Amino acid sequence: MTSIDTHHAAEVSAPTPAIATWLTSADHKIVGRLHIGAGLTGLLFGLIVAVLVAFERIDADGFQVLDEGAATQALALARNLMTFGGVLPLLLGLAVAVLPLQIGSRSLSFPRLAASGFWLWLTGLGLMIASIFGNGGPGGGESDLVDLYLAAFVVMLIGVAMTATSITVTALTSRAPGMGLLRAPLFSWSSLVGAASLLITVPVLIGTTVYVYVDHRYARLGFGGNKGVNEWIGWATSQPFTYLLAIPALGIALDAVPVLTRRRLVERPIAFVLLGVVAIAGVSAVTQTTVTLPWGGDSFFAGLGTKIADLLPFVLLNVLPVVGILAIVGLVLLSLKEGKPRIAAPLVFVVLGLIGILEGAAAMILRTVEDAGLAGTIFEAGEYVAITFGAAAVAFGGICYWGPKLWGRRLPDKAAIPLALVAFLGTVLGSLPYMIAGFADQPAGVLDGFEYSGPQELWNALTAVGFVSMLLATVAFIALAAKSFITGESAGDDPWDGSTLEWATSSPPPDDNFADVFVVHSSEPLADMKASSTGKDA
Amino acid sequence: MLALPAAAAPAPRRQIFLGTAIACTMGTMLIGGMLATWLQFRADAPLRESAKRGFIKDWMPEKIIVPEVAANMMLIAFCVACVMAQWAVYSAKRQDRAHTGAALGMTAIIGLATLNAQIFIWTQMGVGARDGAFHSMFYAATGAMAFLLIAGIVFTAVAAFRYLGGRTKELEVVSSHALYWYFLTAAFTAVWFVIYVQK
Repeated sequence: MTSIDTHHAAEVSAPTPAIATWLTSADHKIVGRLHIGAGLTGLLFGLIVAVLVAFERIDADGFQVLDEGAATQALALARNLMTFGGVLPLLLGLAVAVLPLQIGSRSLSFPRLAASGFWLWLTGLGLMIASIFGNGGPGGGESDLVDLYLAAFVVMLIGVAMTATSITVTALTSRAPGMGLLRAPLFSWSSLVGAASLLITVPVLIGTTVYVYVDHRYARLGFGGNKGVNEWIGWATSQPFTYLLAIPALGIALDAVPVLTRRRLVERPIAFVLLGVVAIAGVSAVTQTTVTLPWGGDSFFAGLGTKIADLLPFVLLNVLPVVGILAIVGLVLLSLKEGKPRIAAPLVFVVLGLIGILEGAAAMILRTVEDAGLAGTIFEAGEYVAITFGAAAVAFGGICYWGPKLWGRRLPDKAAIPLALVAFLGTVLGSLPYMIAGFADQPAGVLDGFEYSGPQELWNALTAVGFVSMLLATVAFIALAAKSFITGESAGDDPWDGSTLEWATSSPPPDDNFADVFVVHSSEPLADMKASSTGKDA
Repeated sequence: MLALPAAAAPAPRRQIFLGTAIACTMGTMLIGGMLATWLQFRADAPLRESAKRGFIKDWMPEKIIVPEVAANMMLIAFCVACVMAQWAVYSAKRQDRAHTGAALGMTAIIGLATLNAQIFIWTQMGVGARDGAFHSMFYAATGAMAFLLIAGIVFTAVAAFRYLGGRTKELEVVSSHALYWYFLTAAFTAVWFVIYVQK
C-alpha cells in the first residue's frame, strides 16, 4: 500500500492563528465551509427582505416598511440575496467541500482560485447590498450607486466563475485511478454539470452587465438607464437560470437517497443522462430565450404547421428539463419504494425539497403557454420561490448528510426532521398562492396598487405565512447546525453506511483527505469493499 | 475504517491546459454574448437614408470614421502572435531555451503592439462613450476584448518567467499559453468582422 505523509508541514512550522487559517486557507474543506456559512447567512437575510416584501403585498397601507418606489430595489435585493447570496453559495460550498473527497482526491484543483473566488464573491455581494441600501441597484435614484451595483455584480459573478472553474477542473482531472466519469458519484457528476452550466452562462451575464454599466454611466440611451437594469440582467434571478441551482441539488438527492434507503441505484446510467437533460435549461438561459407556445385558443387548428414548428424549441427548452427532473424524482421514489428507508433528516429534507423543485419547474411550462395569460403576472414569482426554496431545502439535506464528514458531528434527526416539514410548508405556501394570484392577474414587480377579483389579501397573506415558515426553518436550522457541529454527538467515520469514497476517510478528514491513493473498480467502491469483507455478494 | 487497495501514482494531469480551455470557453461566451447583443441592437435600429447607400440601419452615426487600417493590422498581429506562441511550444518541446524565450518575448511585444493599436483606434475615432448607444456599446465590446488581450499579455509574461526561471520541463504552461492566443485570435476575428467591418 502506498502511504502518503499527510502532516509533514505541521511539524516544522508554528501553528497559524485560527482566524488567519480561515482567511487565507486554500484547504477545500475550509473554503467549502466558508461558502456554506456565508450561504446560510445570505439566505437568512434574503428571507427577511422577502418576508417584508410579502407583508407589504398583503396591505400596503396597513404595513408600510419599504419606501414608495423602492419595490424594484426590494425585490432585486431579496432575489439576489436568496439566489446569489444563499442557494448558489450553499451548493457551490457543498461541491467544493465534498467533491474532492468523493472522487478520492487529496485536494481541489486550483484551490487558491476557489478561495479567491469566495472572497471576490463575498466582496461583490457586500457591495451590491450596500449599493441597494444607498438607493442604488435596479431602479435606484443614486446614479453612482447604480453603477456600483452593476460593477459589484460583475465582481461577484467573476468570483462565482472562479469557484466553478475549480470545481470543473477537479471533477475532470483529479479522480482516483480507475474512476472514469461514469463511475463518479452522482453528486460529483451533478457538480460538474452544474459548474459547467454556470461557466457557459455567467460570462454572457457579465457581458450584458458590462454593456448596461457603460451605458448607464455614460450615455443612458441604449439600455433604459436605471429602470432598464432589471430588464437586462433580471433573468439571472429568474427561470430558467434558477434551473442551474437545481442541478447539484438533484445530485445530492441521487447520492443520498440510495444510501439512506439501503438500495443500490441500478439506474445510474439513466441518472447521468437525466442530469445532462436538465442542464439543457442552461442553453435556454444562455440564449435568454423564453420559448412560448401559442396555443391559439378556439382556433387551435389554424396555422397548425407553424405551431408544430414552434413546438420543437418549446419541448427542447421548456419541457425536457422538467421531464428530467420528474424522472429523477421517479428514481428517488423508486429507491424509497424498493429500499429500506431510514427516516433520517437528510432524507426528509431532500425528498420534500425535490417536490418543491418539481413544482416550480412544472409551473414554468404552464407560464410559457401564451394562452394561459400568465406572462407578466406574479405566477413567475411562485415558480421562483418553489425552485429556490426547494433547492435550499435539498442543500439543508446535503448539510445534514455530509456535515458529519466535514465537522465530525451530526445533527439530531428528532430536531431536524420537523424543520424539514416547516421548510416544505414554507415552499408550498410561499409558491402556490402566488401561482393562483397569477391566474387572477396580480402583476409582478409591484407591491401595491393592484386590484383583481378574488381574495387577493388571502393569497398574499398565505404567501407571507410561507415566507415566515421558511425563515423560521432557516433560523432554526442555522442554530441547530451551529450547536450540533460544535458540541453535538460524534458522528463516526461512516455514519450512514455510505458507498462512496468520502466515507472511507476519517471525520473530519485530515489535511490531505486520504492517507492512501485508492484504485477504484466500481461506482460504489466502499460498498463493494464492505460487501467483500463481510462475504456478501455485492 | 475500511481501506481500499492502494494504486500506483496518478497519471500526470493537464490541469493548467484544461483550466485555460475553460477560460477560453468563458471568453468565447463573453464575446459571443456581447456581439449577439450588438447585432440585436443593430437589427432593431430604424432605417435612415444615406447619401451613398440608400436606406440603411440608423445604427452607427454617419460622422464616425472607424480607423479600419488599424483594425486590420490588429487582426494580422493576432495571427502573427499565434505563430509566435506556437513557435514557443515547438522550441520548448526541443528544450531550446533561447528560441522559447525569444518566441515568448515576441508574443508579448506583438500583444503590446496590438493593445497600442486598440488605443489608437479609440483616440482616433474622437467620440466619447456618452455620445450615444452605439458609442457606449462600441467601447464596452472593444474594451472587453482589450481586457482579454491584457490577460493574454500577462499570461505570456507568466509563461516566460516560469520557463526562463528554470521550469523548462513544464511544457504545459507554454502550450496552454498558445491555446489562449489561438482563442484571442478567433475572438478578435469575430469582433473585427461584426464591429469593424459590418459595424
